[in-house]
Amino acid sequence: MKRILPLALLFVLILFPLVVRDDYHQHLMILVLMWVVIGSGWNVIAGYTGQVSFGDAAFFGTGAYTAGLFAHKLGISAWWAMALGGVTAMAVALPFGWICFRLRGAYFALATLALNEVMRHVATLWESLTDGMVGILIMQTFVSKVPYYYIALALAVVSVLSIEVIMGSKWGYYFVSIREDQDAAESLGIDTHFYKMVSLNIAAFLTGMAGSLYMNYMGFIDPEVVFSLHDISIMAILVGIVGGVGTIYGPVVGAFVMVAVHEFFRTGFFGFFQKLAVLTGSGLVNTVAAYVVQAHVLGFGILVVMVILLLPNGIVGDWNKIMGTLFPVRKKGIEG
Amino acid sequence: MSLFEVRGLVKHFGGLAAVSNVSFRVRKGEIFGLIGPNGSGKTTIFNLISNYHRPTRGTIHFKGKNITGLKTHRISRLGIGRTFQIVKPLGRMTVLDNVMAAAFAKVATKAEARDLALETLAFCGFEHRKEVLAKTLSIGERKRLEIARVMATQPELLLLDETAAGLNPLELERAIELIKKIRDKGVSIVIVEHIMKVMMTISDRIHAISFGQTIAEGTPYDVANNPAVIEAYLGKEYAEG
Repeated sequence: MKRILPLALLFVLILFPLVVRDDYHQHLMILVLMWVVIGSGWNVIAGYTGQVSFGDAAFFGTGAYTAGLFAHKLGISAWWAMALGGVTAMAVALPFGWICFRLRGAYFALATLALNEVMRHVATLWESLTDGMVGILIMQTFVSKVPYYYIALALAVVSVLSIEVIMGSKWGYYFVSIREDQDAAESLGIDTHFYKMVSLNIAAFLTGMAGSLYMNYMGFIDPEVVFSLHDISIMAILVGIVGGVGTIYGPVVGAFVMVAVHEFFRTGFFGFFQKLAVLTGSGLVNTVAAYVVQAHVLGFGILVVMVILLLPNGIVGDWNKIMGTLFPVRKKGIEG
Repeated sequence: MSLFEVRGLVKHFGGLAAVSNVSFRVRKGEIFGLIGPNGSGKTTIFNLISNYHRPTRGTIHFKGKNITGLKTHRISRLGIGRTFQIVKPLGRMTVLDNVMAAAFAKVATKAEARDLALETLAFCGFEHRKEVLAKTLSIGERKRLEIARVMATQPELLLLDETAAGLNPLELERAIELIKKIRDKGVSIVIVEHIMKVMMTISDRIHAISFGQTIAEGTPYDVANNPAVIEAYLGKEYAEG
């Protein structure tokens, strides 16, 4: 069951663009797959290694800008820059981790938050390189969404599989040991500073790749979009927490749920408000709808509170609990 | 030549001298007891050896090499293992995974780590609990896990910090047995313990400290009858009477 389910999901995902042909749903699925990659990266550093990052956008944006600048300034296809996007994100992660892994717990998390903002300001103010708030526009390679879909799918599958391999190896044991007790890990001969760096760089590489993919796919980026705290960094945390922190398939489930929730708010409850406004002919409905859509971050907040209260281990982590609640097994009394 | 040596160790926390000028040598294959009343600096000495705290003065030597100031994980890799008085189980990992994480210090692959961990658990008489999450263990079991985990790193010198505290009589007996078994394997042991019965029966030599200073060193019999030791533990009138 545990092995069949991911394979079945992969099969469905491979067939998806052949069956569902409209651009809108293909677009959403590309976003889901991109979030699988980012969520998996976040899960390595925060979920498995216990070093919570509030700054994934720093790596995402670096990856996106690497691809964008390659195409924009050097005229090299942004696809070549995809692997490089991961590498430049690591170039940000290396000095950051080397300095900031002296901090523990909440203090490290605060440092990642600062990194997010620093990178956003660099991208905004360094106009000679990044064109600042004007952003970068490149030609998209494909008109159809299908090629992007399969590239995103390949990236997502490789991410999930490589994390599964890593977590079954010495590195995985070391990451979890550091999460559980850093002092104990150190006493057992684990170079905790080094392995935290390894973990952060895996996360940065994956997130940077996802950023490059985003640049290639969307064709336009600016600092507010790719270095966004709430749309990238917080979203990455939500994907991880909702899906299940410290589980291989948690980010996969989390990506589906969070992209759906995000879209639910963005479209005003899937167009419900719009229909209601037409039906009643009232301007008030439109005003309320605008506020609700604006308040999607608040909606995210409520969702996180609910998940932490009801499913502290996320959907994958608390799967048995969910099934037990939905389909309670009646306990048979002992006949006698 | 002694396996391990501490020379003139001093540690000040602000104005407090937690350890002042402590020196001792540990020979290969012996059990070396470190005793002293509460707050006398025993755990601090362990923390100085494994470099959780940097000594204010003094040096630490292992196998003829000065290891003062080396990082904690390097000291572990050199062959000095330790347990913690306040146990530190890797809570959301199974007992086996706890020991495997330690075993990776010696082997590279998961299969080898598993073999080494199982062997170590069997040696420590803890195999039956291998699938249990560490956070669900009782205090006695947690102390045993501490020992099993550090043994998987195959240390030459083992620092045991109150591994017998809080154990029931049966567990205590087993702990003493295990410590002797470890010594018989050729591992030298420095042990800190409050239960005098344990210290007197298993230690080859004992080093007594009080308020961070050495007050006696010798065989268990000599130390137990040393007036300075009796004074430190029981007060002046007992020492004189």
